[in-house]
Order: sequence, then structure tokens, then C-alpha cells
Amino acid sequence: MTHKHAFPLSLLVAAFVGLTVYVWLFLHAESQIAVAALVAVAAVAVAAGRRWGFTRRFEEAALASPTLSRSLSLLSALALIAAFHDSHFVLLMLCAVLLYATACLGLTVQFGYSGVANFAGAAFFGIGSYATAVMAAHTQIPHLLVILLSGLIAAVIGSVLITPVLRTRGHYAALVTIAFGILFKTFLEVNDVLGGPQGLQVPGMQLFGHALNDGAPFGTADTSFYVSYALLSLGVFALVYALVSALERSWIGLSMDVVRTDETAAATFGLHIARWKVIAFTTGNFFAGIAGALYGLVSGFVAPNNFTFADSLLMLSIVILGGLGNIVGLLPAAMIVLVLPEKLQFIQEYRFLLFAALVIVILLFRPQGLLPRTTRIFFRGESSR
Amino acid sequence: MSHTNLIEVRDLTMRFGGLTALDALNMTVRQGEVLGLLGPNGSGKTTFFNVLTALYKATSGSIRYDGAEIIGRTPQEIYRSGVARTFQRSRLSLSLTVFDNIVIGDYQHMQHGLVFNLLQRKAFRAEYERCVERVRELLQIFSPPLVSRLFEPVETFTMIDRRRIEVCRALMSQPRLLLLDEPSAGMTHDETDELMQDILQVRSRMNQLSVVLIEHEMNVIERVTERCIVLNYGRKIAEGSYAEITADPAVQTAYLGEAA
Repeated sequence: MTHKHAFPLSLLVAAFVGLTVYVWLFLHAESQIAVAALVAVAAVAVAAGRRWGFTRRFEEAALASPTLSRSLSLLSALALIAAFHDSHFVLLMLCAVLLYATACLGLTVQFGYSGVANFAGAAFFGIGSYATAVMAAHTQIPHLLVILLSGLIAAVIGSVLITPVLRTRGHYAALVTIAFGILFKTFLEVNDVLGGPQGLQVPGMQLFGHALNDGAPFGTADTSFYVSYALLSLGVFALVYALVSALERSWIGLSMDVVRTDETAAATFGLHIARWKVIAFTTGNFFAGIAGALYGLVSGFVAPNNFTFADSLLMLSIVILGGLGNIVGLLPAAMIVLVLPEKLQFIQEYRFLLFAALVIVILLFRPQGLLPRTTRIFFRGESSR
Repeated sequence: MSHTNLIEVRDLTMRFGGLTALDALNMTVRQGEVLGLLGPNGSGKTTFFNVLTALYKATSGSIRYDGAEIIGRTPQEIYRSGVARTFQRSRLSLSLTVFDNIVIGDYQHMQHGLVFNLLQRKAFRAEYERCVERVRELLQIFSPPLVSRLFEPVETFTMIDRRRIEVCRALMSQPRLLLLDEPSAGMTHDETDELMQDILQVRSRMNQLSVVLIEHEMNVIERVTERCIVLNYGRKIAEGSYAEITADPAVQTAYLGEAA
């Protein structure tokens, strides 16, 4: 591997440490003044970073040493979980960020790679949650397997939509998914078996004979039992991230990109358009399903109101805000969309207004998102340059 | 020189509502020849390509490819049987690299399994590196300056380079029949010359390949093609060598109108 980039590795490490400290400060901040100050600092830092090319060099350096930057990201996340080991609230929020980002990895495969817009992300997330609620309460299936099965159920239910989505194009396909999302929520509300509007309780997770809700098997007395859930969410996110990242840099990702950019050319060179869209749609729903499954176990409770059309929009706005097709941007975007409104208490009621405005501003001034997708290089650090 | 027919078109008709784009067309493409397809705008040349590659379904008539009827096949099946083409208006994926755009030409030999692509990364990398080598070799022959820019997105390239990339994508599948849809469209005089050299180069390297070339530039037709067919209103109005068709009064009428 060559290290001839103009950005020393020590600076890369320093940047990761800086980001971690920033997120820590942000999650820690209580007073509105501190939060506002931190938001201002971020805005200035982003503007300055772009102005002097620091952001791009940082991104390039990170891309040039993928293993190092992945390990550093993982370390940062672990450090944050450790730092907030005694706070139920922050850990729950981190779980939500990680699991929403996992669902958004699925939406990226659908929308970012194959161009299939799915406005029912929260519905597939919800299918995963409900499937887990039912299976965990009524069967003896090990919970890790339950999560996997819930993902499969989401994928299978999603295949009902395949025919109408494939027969229609563009906006019409999007309408089909919107209809499905609304149908799903209404179905849950009127269905007494699934608890109606009240929803269902989800039993705490059992992992290898250990009940996670009994507290973490490690750490001090004040360690929250949510630490285990946060670690598990991190693990699921990292695993799905690795899969999607491999998918992008494979013939599958390439085929999906060609299908998205030019269907006529794709068909002329032998690509089966429908087949790739089906694979993308099903894979994406599977990932959304397993994310939702774990989310159900984390929150201990599922209800129709957690999986509304607005939540689907929230997911899509994370995907677009992060940079359509760039999975690196999902975590920061999920932080902004999910954590920022929690922190800025005074805008609590205006959170939808906030991120709607944010998405509009981003699309106006930076249509490719915060971190635009970079050109695909299958393998870095080799002779192909 | 063998005169077996690779393509036999019989009474091919393509109607779009009231418009007849191909009107009982009869023609052949011989094995290993470069055939020029001429005609005024709207005479049905591109429509013929689109019917042949199954983007349109013919209203009636037949196309035999290597003796077998191909009307009713899908574009994917046509591709697999060895037909590759370029488009009049470039149809590349602009945000993807030169490598991406060319390597997809050999889609039929790619492995698409989830396990292979996602989990067996070492094996995938080995296949990927073989593909990089093949794309390099292809570019080395047809457009050496592009080799060093293999991993740059296509949107950064000029029109002529994009055409070359499109031709390489078509050649990547090692086709038996290459369809070139007006490669010189929108090019300067010098660029057209370069492109002509490229086509002659392809020709000399692959003498088994049959080529059908739609072209308006008469000097390209003159230098590159061995035989020409002229269409007008979806019908064949002339056939023969360049000298023969340019002397044909029907062709002159089609291009210049009736003598007053």
C-alpha cells in the first residue's frame, strides 16, 4: 500500500478523535446555549473545511486507508458507548441512530444504487419490529435467529409490491410504496391480533442464555443495560455496512448503477432490468427488516405510530442528506435528523419543519448531499492508477 | 471471400401508429463485411437497429440471424447471441468510470452470485483484475490515450472519447455483429477522421466481425464500407458499392429532391 497522499495519517487519527470528542460534547450538552454554540461550531467548521479543502482531503485520506478509518470509526463508536455507559437516554438514542442508519443502508441499495424510490422504509422497518414482537413473545426461537427471520419476512412481504413497482416507473412506483406504507399502518391500527393502535410489548432480548434487560454482564454497577443493546446495534450496523460496501464494489453494484443510469443501454448489454430491481428492493427491505427487528427489542414496545409515513420520509431524508449512494454519510445524517431535534428542546414541536427546511436547503445548495458519492474504485491502493 | 448471410431481413415492417418507419424492408448483412446504411433523416436506419436489438417489436416480417428467427426475442437474448451496438446519442453512465462503462459490455461472463460478490472477496478481486487487464488491452489497441484515465468518470471526457468508450464497450463482449449508429454525429472534421481510423483499426483486427454502419459522412462511407444500402421512407431504394449508389438516380432524388 502506498501512503503518498498529502494528508498524514496522524492527522487522520486526530480528525477522528476530534469528531468523537465533538459528538461526545454534543450528546452531553444540556443547556440550550451550549447546544446552540456546538451547532454554530459545526456550521463554521464545515464551511471552513470546505473553503480550505480540508473536508475533501480528509475524505480522500480516509478512502485511501479504508481499514484504518473503519477501525477508527468503530473505536469512536465504542468510546462513545463507554462514555455514556450510565445514561439510558443517550444509549437509547445511539441505538436509534445506528438502527435507522442500518435501515437507510437498505434504502441506499434501493434508491441510491438501483433508483427504486421506497417511500415505505418505515413500514418494512415496522414489519421487522412486529414480526420480532410476535416471535419473541410466542416462540422459543433464539432471538438472533428471530432478527434474521424478521428481515426475511420483511423481504417476503415486500415482494408483494414488486409487480406494481416494476410495472410503473419513477413517480408512479414511488406512489405504490407510499400507498403500501399507509396501508400497513392502517392495517396495524385495525388489527386486534397485533394489538391495534396500542401495539405490542416486546420481551427483552435473550442472547446466548443471557437476558440483556438484567443488566450488562460487565462494567460497574451504574452500567445501563442499554449498553448491550447499543453494542449489538453497532454490530448489526457494522455488518450490514460491510455487506453494502462490498456490494457497491462488486459486479452487483455496477449492474445496479447501470440499470439506474440507463435502462435502454443496460438491456442492450444483457442486463435484466427487473431482476436487478427485484434484488435491490428485496435486499433493502431485508436490511430495513432486521434493523426494525432489533429496534423492537431495544424499545421493548411496538405500535403503529412508530412506523408512519413521516418516519419513512425521515429515513429517505437521511439517505438524501448524507449524500445519495454514499453510505459514509448515513451516520452523520442520522445524527442530524434524529439527535438534533432531541437536543434542541425549544424546536421539539417543529422538528419536522426543521428537517424539511434542512432537506430543502441541502437540495438547493448541495443537491448531492453532505458527503456526495465518490467515484467507484473497486480496490484501492493497487497498481490500477 | 465467403458470402454467407449473417442477417437476412424479409418484409420487415415497423409502424408507430400511422407512421410507417420500416416498410417491407428486405436486406442482408454478410458474414465479415462492413455494410454502410444510408438514407435521409427519418428513413428508418436507427429504427432498423432498434428492431434488430429488440428494443422495438416489429409489426410484421422476419429477421433471421445465423439462420434462426430472432423477432420476438428479448434485448438480452439478442445481446447473448453476439450483437452489440452503439447509440446515436451517447448512452454511457456518465458518473461511472471508463472501466465501469466498458467492463459492463461483457456482462454475460460476469458472475452475479451474492456469495461470490459479497463474501468471496479474494476470488472476486482475482476476476476483477482479469477484467481490468482485458479492458486495458482493448483500450491499448483502440484508444491508447484512455488507458491512463481508466478510473476517471466518463463525464470528464470529450465527445469523441465517449464514442470510443462506447465502441470499446460494444467490442468487450467480442460480438459477431457490431452496429454503429452514426459515430461521427456532432464531431469536427478531424475527429471524424480519427474515428474513421478507429473503425478501420477494428476492421483489420477482427476480420470475422460483421459491421453495420449508419453514417451521413460520405467520405467515411466511401473509405470504410464495402457495400452500401440506402433507405428512404423505410424502404430499400439502392444497394451496391459506394460508387454505384452515389450514381443511382433514385438516391440522388431521395437526397436532393426531384429535378425541377
